[in-house]
Amino acid sequence: MSIMRNNSELLSKDVIIANTLGLHARPAAEIAKLAKKACKGVWISNDSQTVDASSIIDILTMGCGPGSRVTIKIDDAGDMAVLDAIVKLVETGFKEQTNNA
Amino acid sequence: MPETEMQEEIRINGIAASPGICIGKAYLVDREGVDVVTKYRIDEKKIEKEKKRFRTAVRNAQDELKAIIDNTPEEIRQHTNIFEIHVALLKDKMLYGKTLDIIEQEKVNAEWALKSVVSEAKTIFRNMDDDYFKERAADIVHVSERIMRNLVGAELVDISEINKRVILVAHDLSPTDTSQIKLEKIKGFITDKGGKASHTSIIARSLEIPAVLGLEKATHLIRNDDLIIVDGKQGIVIINPSEKSLLEFEELRGRYEEQKALISRSGQAPALTKDGIRMEVMGNIELPEEVVSVMDYGGDGIGLYRTEFQYLSRPYFPTETELFDKYRDVVEIMAPKPVTIRTLDINGDKAVSYTVDSEEDNPALGLRAIRYCLKKPDVFKTQLRAILRASAYGNVRILFPMISNYEEIIETKNILRDVSEELYKNGVPFKEDIEVGIMIEVPSAVILSDIMAEEVDFFSIGTNDLIQYSLAIDRGNRKVAHLYQPFNPAVIRMIKQVVASGRDKGIKTYMCGEMAGDLLAMPILLGFGVDELSMNPQSIPAAKQMIRMLDSSEMKVFTSEVLKQKTSKDVLALLKSAYGSLISDHVYAEQQP
Repeated sequence: MSIMRNNSELLSKDVIIANTLGLHARPAAEIAKLAKKACKGVWISNDSQTVDASSIIDILTMGCGPGSRVTIKIDDAGDMAVLDAIVKLVETGFKEQTNNA
Repeated sequence: MPETEMQEEIRINGIAASPGICIGKAYLVDREGVDVVTKYRIDEKKIEKEKKRFRTAVRNAQDELKAIIDNTPEEIRQHTNIFEIHVALLKDKMLYGKTLDIIEQEKVNAEWALKSVVSEAKTIFRNMDDDYFKERAADIVHVSERIMRNLVGAELVDISEINKRVILVAHDLSPTDTSQIKLEKIKGFITDKGGKASHTSIIARSLEIPAVLGLEKATHLIRNDDLIIVDGKQGIVIINPSEKSLLEFEELRGRYEEQKALISRSGQAPALTKDGIRMEVMGNIELPEEVVSVMDYGGDGIGLYRTEFQYLSRPYFPTETELFDKYRDVVEIMAPKPVTIRTLDINGDKAVSYTVDSEEDNPALGLRAIRYCLKKPDVFKTQLRAILRASAYGNVRILFPMISNYEEIIETKNILRDVSEELYKNGVPFKEDIEVGIMIEVPSAVILSDIMAEEVDFFSIGTNDLIQYSLAIDRGNRKVAHLYQPFNPAVIRMIKQVVASGRDKGIKTYMCGEMAGDLLAMPILLGFGVDELSMNPQSIPAAKQMIRMLDSSEMKVFTSEVLKQKTSKDVLALLKSAYGSLISDHVYAEQQP
């Protein structure tokens, strides 16, 4: 049991979806790919729901358009690197237009 | 085959959409195009094995997709993005994990578990407001169908490898469905919806598979694996046939096959009328493979090569090279005989997936064919380049569909000119004097045919659409299907007008609709002076035989009689009384049980 557990502030970050299309299939796939690297759960939530960040389908069901605010949350402080990576990915607009090699 | 329970024979009547008789097991396809999935319990001890079966199917699906990505040329790699997402979706928790959970918890087979997961996901997506997200249901369906195929495929091998040919029973089949079906496995088609001119009917006829459509309740009456007889000539379907019926239809089937063989042998010789006029009889094709049947049946060329198939059920537009390869195949095989390539005639029911802009209320009157191509010059130019390049390998004609005004011809020809100049500059060989023609299938084109004739090398009358547009009949609508009358005097007069305009301006008029293959129509078409007919390949021998029995000068007199008729019924009666017996006695020796 980590003492960090109760401090959800530290384990979550808010981001604004900056890319032009919102959380569509490719961004969702990229988030899910990162989230799968986490040891424990990674979650994304908006005003209405919280979904499993490692599932593309789950992320898509949120229907997050451009400009919407989401909170990304990890269950375990050990996954802080994953959280940061996802936040960075979202903030840089998923490097849209370029292809992932 | 154990016959423990005797079931009563049921006969139902529908629209005779493609001739021939087949006897076989029913295979139901449900509305969504996903196979009907049966649910069965899995024994506690076999759960792990079932889960493994699912994992294997997913792995195979993954390999298939990866192969597609690897085989995609570098320059269009960005389009394979969607496949990469599909690969990721295959292992997605919601799909993969949940299916495995359901197999475990509910102790059901993998197919059923997958189907229930997918239908739940579909519902969630379909209820979303945003169109983009709504469309994502299609991705999930694609992915799950791929897994499903692998699941079922693996099972088929287990059960038996013999006699897997089935009769397909569906509520309705979209062109996308038909493009996905392994046609060599299909003995016949049965659908609740659809009519004689529907896409399913055209496909069935071109592949010579018996079909009865518009049966309304077939999918309710027929269960998977029921033994059924399909008589596509009489439009009868018999479910659980008695021994007597089986014998009767088996014999009929034999006779039909014999007849067909006999007729096709006489197909190779040219079709000369009694007074020595040669009528070119060509074949319509949709798939490059069909060239073989055009040749077998003695076609004098390809009068209509429909090019939509390569645009169907795929996530991106075909590349110039892909198109060129297919066209070149056909052109080279047929050379020096002509191949008439019709440019993309996309409409509501033949849409390229992933380019769905928005649904149209009335696709037949919407952005289709040349209208679509002029709106999407890049898509259009890619196809034109492929056609022009193929023209260097044989005798190609280019045909533009759905022309409804003069400007469209001018605009289209300008684009064609741009493309050819570009090829010329790059030193790419093509036929510089390629024949350019337009489809006459919209009433306005008939009325303006005298002006339009000045701009093109030939006309091709597409009767299916011309009838639909001029009589205001949706040919797929069963309620008005009876009003779809090829012999309506209005239609006949239009044909006369088009041929006359063409003749005046010194260009030829061809016909490539269903009517071109209708034996009863031959006297009229010959009389008006239509220069060439193009039809489903297997209709060629009979059409040639019919032409050989007619005298064109007599036909001219006869058509003046036809033009006096006031109704479709009168025209038909006149034709039948004059030529009905000729057709039944000499062209087809009609077989009656």
